[in-house]
Amino acid sequence: MTADVTTSLTVPDTGKLVLPSYERPAGLHPPLDFEGYRSTALRHPKQPLVLLPHRLTEVTGPLLGDQLIADTDSDLTTQHAGEPQGQRIIVAGRVLDSDGRPVPDTLVEIWQTNAGGRYRHWREHHPAPLDPNFDGIGRAITDAGGRYRFITIQPGAYPWGNHPNAWRPAHIHFSLFGRAFTQRLVTQMYFPGDPLLPIDPIFNSVSDAKARQRMVAGFDIELTQPEWALGYHWDIVLRGRGATVFE
Amino acid sequence: MTGKDYRGRNDQVPGITPSQTVGPYFSMRLPWSDGPFVVAQDTPGAITIIGRLYDGAGNIIPDGLIETWQAGPDGSFAHPDDPRGATADGYDSFRGFGRCPTAPDGSYRIVTLKPGPLPTPDGSIEAPHLNVSVFARGLLDRVVTRMYFPDEHTANAADPVLCSIAEPARRSTLVAVPEPEGQLRFDIRLQGERETVFFDL
Repeated sequence: MTADVTTSLTVPDTGKLVLPSYERPAGLHPPLDFEGYRSTALRHPKQPLVLLPHRLTEVTGPLLGDQLIADTDSDLTTQHAGEPQGQRIIVAGRVLDSDGRPVPDTLVEIWQTNAGGRYRHWREHHPAPLDPNFDGIGRAITDAGGRYRFITIQPGAYPWGNHPNAWRPAHIHFSLFGRAFTQRLVTQMYFPGDPLLPIDPIFNSVSDAKARQRMVAGFDIELTQPEWALGYHWDIVLRGRGATVFE
Repeated sequence: MTGKDYRGRNDQVPGITPSQTVGPYFSMRLPWSDGPFVVAQDTPGAITIIGRLYDGAGNIIPDGLIETWQAGPDGSFAHPDDPRGATADGYDSFRGFGRCPTAPDGSYRIVTLKPGPLPTPDGSIEAPHLNVSVFARGLLDRVVTRMYFPDEHTANAADPVLCSIAEPARRSTLVAVPEPEGQLRFDIRLQGERETVFFDL
């Protein structure tokens, strides 16, 4: 078995396997152990993480852009017979890597509360009304320029019991795959000027102020549609590839 | 490469977007309905991986999400960045991605094919493995681990990633356990006694 592997799976021309390596953004992501967010206490590994070099399993990843996506998947206001309650908004931007390259044909998933701050989920107990016309779930595929666009409803703030009088700022969850296992990212998009941002432990678990601001969308009058919807622009940046480093 | 400036190197290159928790309400349906089924259950050679997700108090985690990524049985990837090129079947023959939310009892299940071994740039061979991502409320970033196979003693002993973990007890947290009915059990413990090895990716 091993002999077959070395002969058949090596690059035929040179016999050498050359792989890209992805940027390791030290200190960017929040710490897994974060005192202000109570649920991290029993859920963070205490042993040191083991360095995983970027090899074949890490530099590849699921390419989900070939899936059939319906138009209503990216328009959360037309998934039911009636229109949902709340402020209609457009959220659009690009998926890039940190080398500045757009990431085309990649799946972008979102989920969020309705206008009243309520998720449609069996585990959710917040006493705000459900909206029969709003699921709060969307997906889109980026175009050749890495662009995505959602039509949805301004989500609401909601209480979450982390500490007395704790309220999450309004946000939209984003899930991204990029093109490699290393690029997988789940994050949250926030809204500019939200008074809850300075006191939200999850937002402030990112220690770098500039990095925190990259999670806040910008209001965009160009994206705003007259007589119809407010526009917010938000670019998402995944880890980029450096030059090939393996010999 | 460690510690490269993530803030961006010039005005055209924005910095990387930070991770945030999935929270408790991830209920995303994939565009297809068969997330835990990398292959159909009745596929010849199909294996079933089962397991539970535990926190540091030994309690099950009912609001987690498990994702797996792996090579096909011949060691190929459905991906154009695999420098060895496409397989004879092209890239679409096997897409080795699985996704399963944990159930109220903390359990998950993935039905897939056993991957082949993989060459590495330095000439060593990686034993068959799945890369595993864990997302949950209380995890501000995903944690990444690997599942290896219990019937691959020789290949596991030579695997460069397993060999980088000094303590045998820690290493053993990455090897699935055969179940009487032929399934493979891969429990994941985020913290505490027998804490699973997680990687700095």
